[in-house]
Amino acid sequence: MTAPIDGQGNATAWSRGEVGTLLLILAETSFFAIFIVGYLFYIGKSLSGPYPADVLELPVVATICLLSSSVTVVVAVRALEADRRGAFLAGIFATVLLGGGFLAATALEWRKLIVDDGLMISTNLFGTTFYSLVGFHAAHVTVGLLLLALVGVLGVLGFVRKEHATRVDLLSWYWHFVDVVWIAVFTVVYVVGV
Amino acid sequence: MASIPLADTEPRRRFRSDVLHDWVTTVDHKKLGILYIASGIVFFVIGGLEATAMRIQLAVPENDFVSPEVFNRLFTMHGTTMVFLVGMPIITGFGNYLIPLMIGARDMAFPRLNAWGFWMFLFGGLLLYFSYLGSTGLYGAGSAPDVGWFAYTPLAGKAFSRGNATDYWILGIVVSGFGSLSGAVNMIATALTMRCEGMSLGRMPLFVWMMVIVSFMILVALPPLTAAQVMLLFDRFLGAHFFDTQAGGDAVLWQHFFWFFGHPEVYILMIPGFAYASEIIPVFSRKVIFGYSVMVGATVAIGFVSLSVWAHHMFAVGMGRGLNIWFATATMIVGIPTGMKLFNWLATMYGGRIRFRVPMLFCTAFLAQFLVAGLTGIMLAAVPFDWQVTDSYFVVAHFHFVLIGGLVCTIFGAIYYWFPKMSGRMLDERLGRWHFWLFVIGFNVTFLTMHGQGLLGMPRRIYTYPADRGWEIWNLVTSLGVVLQIAGVLFFVYAVIKALRSGEPAGDDPWDAWTLEWSTSSPPPDYNFDEAPVVRSRRPLWDLKHPDDPDWKYE
Repeated sequence: MTAPIDGQGNATAWSRGEVGTLLLILAETSFFAIFIVGYLFYIGKSLSGPYPADVLELPVVATICLLSSSVTVVVAVRALEADRRGAFLAGIFATVLLGGGFLAATALEWRKLIVDDGLMISTNLFGTTFYSLVGFHAAHVTVGLLLLALVGVLGVLGFVRKEHATRVDLLSWYWHFVDVVWIAVFTVVYVVGV
Repeated sequence: MASIPLADTEPRRRFRSDVLHDWVTTVDHKKLGILYIASGIVFFVIGGLEATAMRIQLAVPENDFVSPEVFNRLFTMHGTTMVFLVGMPIITGFGNYLIPLMIGARDMAFPRLNAWGFWMFLFGGLLLYFSYLGSTGLYGAGSAPDVGWFAYTPLAGKAFSRGNATDYWILGIVVSGFGSLSGAVNMIATALTMRCEGMSLGRMPLFVWMMVIVSFMILVALPPLTAAQVMLLFDRFLGAHFFDTQAGGDAVLWQHFFWFFGHPEVYILMIPGFAYASEIIPVFSRKVIFGYSVMVGATVAIGFVSLSVWAHHMFAVGMGRGLNIWFATATMIVGIPTGMKLFNWLATMYGGRIRFRVPMLFCTAFLAQFLVAGLTGIMLAAVPFDWQVTDSYFVVAHFHFVLIGGLVCTIFGAIYYWFPKMSGRMLDERLGRWHFWLFVIGFNVTFLTMHGQGLLGMPRRIYTYPADRGWEIWNLVTSLGVVLQIAGVLFFVYAVIKALRSGEPAGDDPWDAWTLEWSTSSPPPDYNFDEAPVVRSRRPLWDLKHPDDPDWKYE
């Protein structure tokens, strides 16, 4: 990508890819904000159980996986910028593994909630708001994971080179955003809500 | 191969299928802009016919032109169509067409995203209208959506809206919303990163500034609607309880979520109207815009304040004194930056050598009609007054003054102003004047009188009324105005067809205007500009035409 030019003929701080990604993140933030407001609004308003305090456990493993994956993706991008292919691939696949770990932990949590505790989306307001908010976040993790895995596979095949670093960097921005949303979800669902 | 020399010697014939293929596969911002505007106009005619059917039904008391069920579908589809399938695509279309041309770029930042957005919008609209055929579903109930364009719960919940009509409403809007969102991303990214040399932010045409601000508002306000609609969809299909009062859910939460989108949406639709007026009024007053930076600041202020006024749609719900006062005050505060804009346009016209061509006529009507809309808006912001007229025809008259008197009039002005650039042909001035006078008189006959039956207590969304309420003459006059409006629109359609067939060639710059889109040919070539323009002031074409007295000496 060539450096963008501002009105004075100087290179500006932002490329169109960066602006586009930030705007996507703005719209997504607005989307998640409504689900978070909905969750907060309905805390303690379920007419019947199970209630959050009875069934929710702190998702420690999932959180560690997801937060550390933000570090590994940065490692991958830095390595690609420095044209160190091995470190780049290691970083990408570590990120995919950690993201996969997060999804696996979420799947186990949902299995427990559904099978053992009998909590469905239609059970009560807690189920309604919990599965919507956590589910939409997990869906975003899944999308990010697929994109990262695609970058990893293309990297193994030798298609990802140093000049693609800015694009992989944009993907890492999205990944960080998914991470930040998790911090908000964690706080609202597992700390404030129980 | 034998066929190659043939292709070399004569240009390939253009079959109609080639033209169709060009338009369907295009990623050119100009073609996509025209597609957006043209589809918006088609939906405008459909929505207008729905309104006409309602006005026939209401022209006299106890009428039986349409049944109550059909009437409910008509006002739901009319409102949904006009907001999501007319207003949104037309503003996106003008933004698409003009932003790259005005900032000296060759296309939008993301051309393929642009095409994707248009087709999402169009198929979202078709999905909504498919409900007339498809929404019967397994229940044998329902046709088009009939829950009103804001689909209040619990009416829109599964218990009271059987069949799939409401689901088509949800999905049609969600899908077409992706078009608006991708358009907004594209417009901001284009304006921020693709300006030509010398086009600093402070020299961007006001049109571009306002579309950037509108795009930010779309990105903040539209996803909440999508989120709320997804919640409603979960309620309807998965048995969730977001708006289910039986399970402790809160139906009023839907109103908050909807209007958190719904009120900014009014400004999302209206600010592009301001944008057209801010380009047209200076050119036809032969003066620079009065208070350029104040206009930008006022638009930003409207953008911010509009995010905190939504619950003025809900004064009758019983939110309590504190919230009522907050939202009433915030609503009145919006009047300040909006009023500043009106004064700026008037100050631009003041002392100018005004040329009342058709675009300027529409913008002048806009100024007067938007003032009325603003004044009734301030009245409605006063909570006690709102309680008296809420959900009456006074409210209907108010927002039609905003959206027709304000937005539609500026859109017509914009079409007369930029049609020569888009097609290379002038729209006929005489036909345009007929269009203008019939439409504006018809509009005022319809909607000025509509304040009357509103103050007399006629509620909106009733399919008929008894003869003893004193509303008969008001309703008859309201309906008669529609005839004039339709006649005006017919003149417009005729003018467009005539211009496309045998219109007078426009030349590059028919209005002696000052922004960059007029420096290239009409219609512009695929690449817009032969060489990237260099800009030194807010009126680059003025500088070019008056090298002895350029603007950049004074700015």
